[in-house]
Amino acid sequence: MSLQKPLMRGMLGKRLRFHLPIAFSLSLLAAIAFKYAVTEPRKQAYADFYKQYDATKEFNAMREAGIFESVRPSEE
Amino acid sequence: MYVNILGEVANFLNNIFHRMLATRALRLIGKRAISTSVCVRGGHGVAKVEDYTLPAYFDKREEPLPDICYVQTLSPEQKSLKEKEMGSWASLSNDEKIALYRISFKESFAEMNHPTSEWKSVVAGMFFLIGFTGFVVLWQRKYVYGAVPHTFDPEYKAKELQRMLDMRINPVEGFSANWDYENKQWKK
Repeated sequence: MSLQKPLMRGMLGKRLRFHLPIAFSLSLLAAIAFKYAVTEPRKQAYADFYKQYDATKEFNAMREAGIFESVRPSEE
Repeated sequence: MYVNILGEVANFLNNIFHRMLATRALRLIGKRAISTSVCVRGGHGVAKVEDYTLPAYFDKREEPLPDICYVQTLSPEQKSLKEKEMGSWASLSNDEKIALYRISFKESFAEMNHPTSEWKSVVAGMFFLIGFTGFVVLWQRKYVYGAVPHTFDPEYKAKELQRMLDMRINPVEGFSANWDYENKQWKK
């Protein structure tokens, strides 16, 4: 019969030694992936948009559309 | 070793049993002997001890040692086995050890923790009730709710959309970024 003596101690430590490195590296990977998949493209999109942005032109277009209350569309 | 101490305590208690009126001490030996002893109060007689008030046997992973042994009334072979248990345990065969275990416990840990198929019934019930809720929702839509506000009319919605484009909502990456202002259409 004589069964092997079961695991009596050190179970939490064993679990942590296994799971914590994986958890930390996966989290780090997720953060890096988010940075290069989301935030960097987004920063680039904003930079590109404002490179060719003419604020006055946009304002006049919006004014003609009639959305402002302080300035009316330029009546002809 | 726990069982050996039980044996010694049982012996000790048996010797002074007839002098004991307090019955709770007998819990130590894990036997339901309380039901046979007498609670005399002021000479008025015996208070009937209900079955449900006595310690009960439960197989529980969180409480590995139940209050009482599983088998309360021992057969003659089991009695002789208990006698043999008082001696050296090395002389017990493996079958006898297992028999002693089965006297004290109903199911082993492996048996009591064995997974059941109960989860299938639970999930099936969940899906069924969610489906039934769908019927309830449909009925409500038809018979309970009134009309939606006029702001949901298609013409009104078109005006809302035009106003959002005029205001240049989210022009960088979002809403208006998908609209071609030159050609007055959505970007391909």
